[in-house]
Amino acid sequence: MTVNELIKKLDLAVLVEDDLDREVTDCYIGDLLSWVMGRAPEDSAWLTVMGNINSIAVATLADVSCIILVEDAALDADAKAKAEMHGVNILTTSQNSYQLAVALSALL
Amino acid sequence: MSSIHLHYDVSGEDFTRAGEASGLVKKRLKALGYNTDAIRRVAIAMYEAEINMVIHADGGFVDIDIYPDKVEILLSDRGPGIPDVDKAMQAGFSTAPDNVRNLGFGAGMGLPNIKKYTDDMKIDTELGVGTKLYLTVRVNEA
Repeated sequence: MTVNELIKKLDLAVLVEDDLDREVTDCYIGDLLSWVMGRAPEDSAWLTVMGNINSIAVATLADVSCIILVEDAALDADAKAKAEMHGVNILTTSQNSYQLAVALSALL
Repeated sequence: MSSIHLHYDVSGEDFTRAGEASGLVKKRLKALGYNTDAIRRVAIAMYEAEINMVIHADGGFVDIDIYPDKVEILLSDRGPGIPDVDKAMQAGFSTAPDNVRNLGFGAGMGLPNIKKYTDDMKIDTELGVGTKLYLTVRVNEA
């Protein structure tokens, strides 16, 4: 499943677009950045409400396929700029993590 | 054994720039062809340590030596020092201020994460003088 397919099937909006052909093989949910950084599997879709600049660093270091901001959580302007610079896909949805993860699990 | 040496300054003023040095090291290791597990462990340990330096010590320096079989990282700061290292090593223990917690850090996972992701970790700390953190990540064949 690619990020692009995920966007279409889960009806996600795109906030930052980089490589949407990137594969998504897993899913991880969490908002504590230190926790996420150490545990999120590579190539996963990371579901979070943290849209600050440090989230971008964590996404880059953990090498996730995309960040999905759930429940319409805000993306800070400096975080958006950093995501564009480092090539991090960022998507958004009004659904909460549980709802989205349930839908996502049927696709993976 | 020959090595590649890298040196970075970590700014203490700008919390949002933490992670730049670890990002650059990650790229460098990737270009050198190191395996992804080792790269990930180096990057996570370094980022956590950088964040620690920004939160607690007003910045510092990172020196990295890249060998074929290991990566050595030295993080030095002139911060306040760690009064109780055993306590700081406990998962969940944190002295980070609220503004840091609001950003998703300060969960008391920093040093435990660093220990988890490195093969060797040594802390030299003196109150009022600063802290030196010596880390080694061994590179196993991919």
